[in-house]
Amino acid sequence: MSKIDVRLNDTTLRDGSHAVRHQFTKDQVRNIASALDKAGVQVIEVTHGDGLAGSSFNYGFSAVRDIELIEVAAQAVKNAKIAALCLPGLGTAHDIREAQQAGASMLRVATHSTEADVSIQHFNFARELGMETAGFLMLSHMTEPAELARQARIMVDAGCQCVNVVDSAGALLPETVTERVKALVQELGDDAQVGFHGHQNLSLGVANSLAAYNAGARQIDGTLRALGAGAGNTPIEVLVATLDAYGIETGIDLELILSAAEDTLKQEIPFMPLIERDAIVQGRYGVYNSFLLHAKRAEERYGVPAYKILRAVGEARYVGGQEDMIIDVAIRLRDEMVSN
Amino acid sequence: MTSTTKKPTVAIVGPGNIGTDLLIKLKRRGVFDVRYMIGVDPDSEGLARARRLGVEASHEGVDWLLKQDELPDLLFEATAAKPHLLNAPRYKEAGIKAIDLTPAAIGPFVCPVVNLTDLRHEMNINMITCGGQATIPMVHAVSRITPVSYAEIVASISSKSAGPGTRANIDEFTETTSNAIVQVGGAEKGKAIIILNPVEPPLVMRDTVFLAVDADIDKDAIQNSIHEMVAQVQKYVPGYRLKSDPQFDDPSPLWGNKGRIGIFLEVAGNGDFLPDWAGNLDIMTAAANFTAEQLFSTGTK
Repeated sequence: MSKIDVRLNDTTLRDGSHAVRHQFTKDQVRNIASALDKAGVQVIEVTHGDGLAGSSFNYGFSAVRDIELIEVAAQAVKNAKIAALCLPGLGTAHDIREAQQAGASMLRVATHSTEADVSIQHFNFARELGMETAGFLMLSHMTEPAELARQARIMVDAGCQCVNVVDSAGALLPETVTERVKALVQELGDDAQVGFHGHQNLSLGVANSLAAYNAGARQIDGTLRALGAGAGNTPIEVLVATLDAYGIETGIDLELILSAAEDTLKQEIPFMPLIERDAIVQGRYGVYNSFLLHAKRAEERYGVPAYKILRAVGEARYVGGQEDMIIDVAIRLRDEMVSN
Repeated sequence: MTSTTKKPTVAIVGPGNIGTDLLIKLKRRGVFDVRYMIGVDPDSEGLARARRLGVEASHEGVDWLLKQDELPDLLFEATAAKPHLLNAPRYKEAGIKAIDLTPAAIGPFVCPVVNLTDLRHEMNINMITCGGQATIPMVHAVSRITPVSYAEIVASISSKSAGPGTRANIDEFTETTSNAIVQVGGAEKGKAIIILNPVEPPLVMRDTVFLAVDADIDKDAIQNSIHEMVAQVQKYVPGYRLKSDPQFDDPSPLWGNKGRIGIFLEVAGNGDFLPDWAGNLDIMTAAANFTAEQLFSTGTK
């Protein structure tokens, strides 16, 4: 394989799981993973949107268990690594072992951007299993660069090989991405790489990814047709085209990734995430993108507009995983509406 | 034979958030004579605090404790799962009864309002987890009325209230809580999720319980059972309350055609050591203290 300047990790089959309410089928996973692999994508993440063991009332039950989907993807690819995501507090070492046995050779561990120390046992364990590792500092916009770098160091000392600045709410701007990525690069030096995971709430996924690359990020996430939580992720086919225009080598074939987007994903899943009122509110108020469809369901159930629920959730500064609080907030707002 | 005039003696192993909160509760209740606080760090703030409260404290660990001429009648383990797995056989050998506040889960699980029955012959009792103590009463309140095919709990706690032991034991938390939801709560399957939130001012502990139930349930009987159980828990955790009425959702194909009951709880602490937002400490130490008092109120052998 020729030398690349940056590795793009595809998370259509993990972050995209949110957009399809965790209803991916084995056929969809087989076809999408195969198309990504043919295009030269080196890492394909396959897991429930909320990580291993995410199938639940709180996050939505999977149509097919993610361990089975990992197995299908691993069999469908020739070159790509299959990655799995784990959120400590939900997924455990037991789940990591199962994912590895099903064919995942990379583990990404996600924590809130100030809570990296809950990931230590998971990084230790993944490295013992011989897996490549990466860390996810979620809702990075809430945490200042110096503190974010301190958290990244905790992950790296535990065995993490790349720490991602994760813009879970799509709230970062090119400048605030740059200062965070730079702070991590400075802290980590040669000890680990820095990565970036963007969302489209303010329509900045590609621009922020480019800023991250220029600041030193060497792994960047995207999804086909932006399929992902909330406003969707950085669209990987657009990112490949843009990096190509800058002469930055990704090792991904533009024609084949466009085909994966149009001829494979679009056939399986015709809709794309939209940058609409609810999702824009999420970007502006820094609300975890996965909350979107849960807020829409609460709107149907309790008659409170989703954007109002999302704004209240943002003001309360709920973090990733607290989907239950969306119902709690909706009940409170409904009661306030009734009593007024 | 314990005399009626002499208080039973206790030791606390682990001078962190939970051990310190427990110490303050035990001192205030006055049922037990707290003799020792045990740690491993000479610079521990928790050991210094225990000394200020008039308790003999040592940083030389369980080795030191077991060398004392007078061993305690009862010991509370407030370290972490791994240390307790090593310590438990030594306590047993020394004839010391242990109440375990870590998720090591060696002894039987106890949730005081559900299964505090005859435990006088047990040498090791496990208090499950903070999330378990907050939610298992609700699982039981429903499962005693109608079958619960699956119970899932989400515990959100403030980052400040989660010490290094809690953070290092996050897998043990989810596994022990899941097991206890089944064994004590009475659900057929269980799942537990824990979230740390760093918001300032810190958030008060929140717990949500989701239960999968059949379509034809007696909602009134379930509501009554839940309210009665909340009142029971409030006897030792006054800050335990329902944040809203239980939510009944119709069966859905996304839920395996089961209906869903959602119970939204808030647990405000007593403010013994950390302020009232640390309900997770309070419900754990209050449950342990309540259990200890019950064990000794009927006399011990």
